[in-house]
Amino acid sequence: MTLTPTPGQTVGPFFGYALPFPRDNELVAPDAPNAVRLHGRVLDGHGDPVPDAILELWQTDADGTVVQEQGSLRRDPATFTGFGRASTDDDGHYSFTTLTPGAPFFAVTVFARGLLNRLFTRAYLPGATDAFLDGLDPDRRSTLLTTTDKTGSMETGPMTGYRFDVHLQGERETVFLSYPRHEA
Amino acid sequence: MTAVASSDAAASSQADVTAEIETIAAAYADGVAGIETQPRLDYPPYRSSQLRHPTKAPQQADPEGVELWAPVFGERDLDGSEADLTAQHDGEPIGERIVVEGRVVDGAGRPVRHQLVEVWQANAAGRYIHQRDQHPAPLDPHFTGMGRCLTDADGVYRFTTIKPGPYPWRNHRNAWRPAHIHFSLFGTEFTQRMVTQMYFPGDPLFALDPIYQSVVDPAARARLVATYDHELTQPEWCTGYRWDIVLTGAHRTLMEADTHADAGVAR
Repeated sequence: MTLTPTPGQTVGPFFGYALPFPRDNELVAPDAPNAVRLHGRVLDGHGDPVPDAILELWQTDADGTVVQEQGSLRRDPATFTGFGRASTDDDGHYSFTTLTPGAPFFAVTVFARGLLNRLFTRAYLPGATDAFLDGLDPDRRSTLLTTTDKTGSMETGPMTGYRFDVHLQGERETVFLSYPRHEA
Repeated sequence: MTAVASSDAAASSQADVTAEIETIAAAYADGVAGIETQPRLDYPPYRSSQLRHPTKAPQQADPEGVELWAPVFGERDLDGSEADLTAQHDGEPIGERIVVEGRVVDGAGRPVRHQLVEVWQANAAGRYIHQRDQHPAPLDPHFTGMGRCLTDADGVYRFTTIKPGPYPWRNHRNAWRPAHIHFSLFGTEFTQRMVTQMYFPGDPLFALDPIYQSVVDPAARARLVATYDHELTQPEWCTGYRWDIVLTGAHRTLMEADTHADAGVAR
């Protein structure tokens, strides 16, 4: 039996009091050992910031294990759940503090006002390579690769940053993914 | 004298937008392409979609690792009271009290058990508590309009709330959204993640609304509309609506059969 999926709809403009939750973008605390930052901007077809987007991050732990633990919505510093959310600011910027996954990529989902359905993508670690990346048009492959930068603050000290911009449209449009069962 | 292009002067009328919607619908009805079950990302009548839709086809990918699993939510993440949006303040919200219940299943009809469902909505006057909502309708001090629950062992969710009002927006002049409740859903794997909107039967704004109409197939669009269900209506208390949700198919069960080692290891 294959049922037809219910259609998606835009997240709209007013998710800001509903989807965010305390420390939603801190999969680990910024001052945790081995904390890294995954951050970037969400941009539209003119290269302008998208200030009303929300991204979801889903990733393995540092060993490459898929974590199946409760507690994402009410974080406990001892539990890494692998899931988080980050809303964009007025400059289109989002930021997560997390661990470097023991897998080649972070799974990322993008929602925004004006975007009629969610988009799936992957933020690969710098220098990653796999069959999926190798199958992409070389000009577009780079849209899925994070670049390393240094971030951090007075409180946390220097922190490794992975930069990942999401271009919804335009010359540098990010590669978005569709999975086989989306067709059914 | 050249008129200053204010956003109002530049705005389309409802008649313009309705004509665009009807043209797209007619082209779809005449087309030989397959059935479209999801909204179009490129849907010009929804003005904000114009610079925010990808222009390239999505890249087909076989799900790997974390994509074959979903985050786990549970009793630790929320408490039961979050499912009753009428009981989050000291007093009762104004409006028509309703219960909304339904079942979340995957593409194979299997229930999505013990998974997170989140909802948010306007109040009975059509006003969101969000600070950017400038609609001059009253806020309700007894209504936030946000709820969460977990599905039960049969995939069933249930919220008690009040019926939201329609509200104006600035897509075009005199644009109004049909009453709706936003839903956020997780499946058993991340590829099933979905955010959508539930509508109420018989809304007179359906034909005028570019977000609802962005699902160009009439049968697909109808899947967004709840059904009034007298079995859910409670005597002397509230009316009831049923809305069942189907997520896309899961890959993991298929893949476990032949490539277990590649399907990701969960602890």
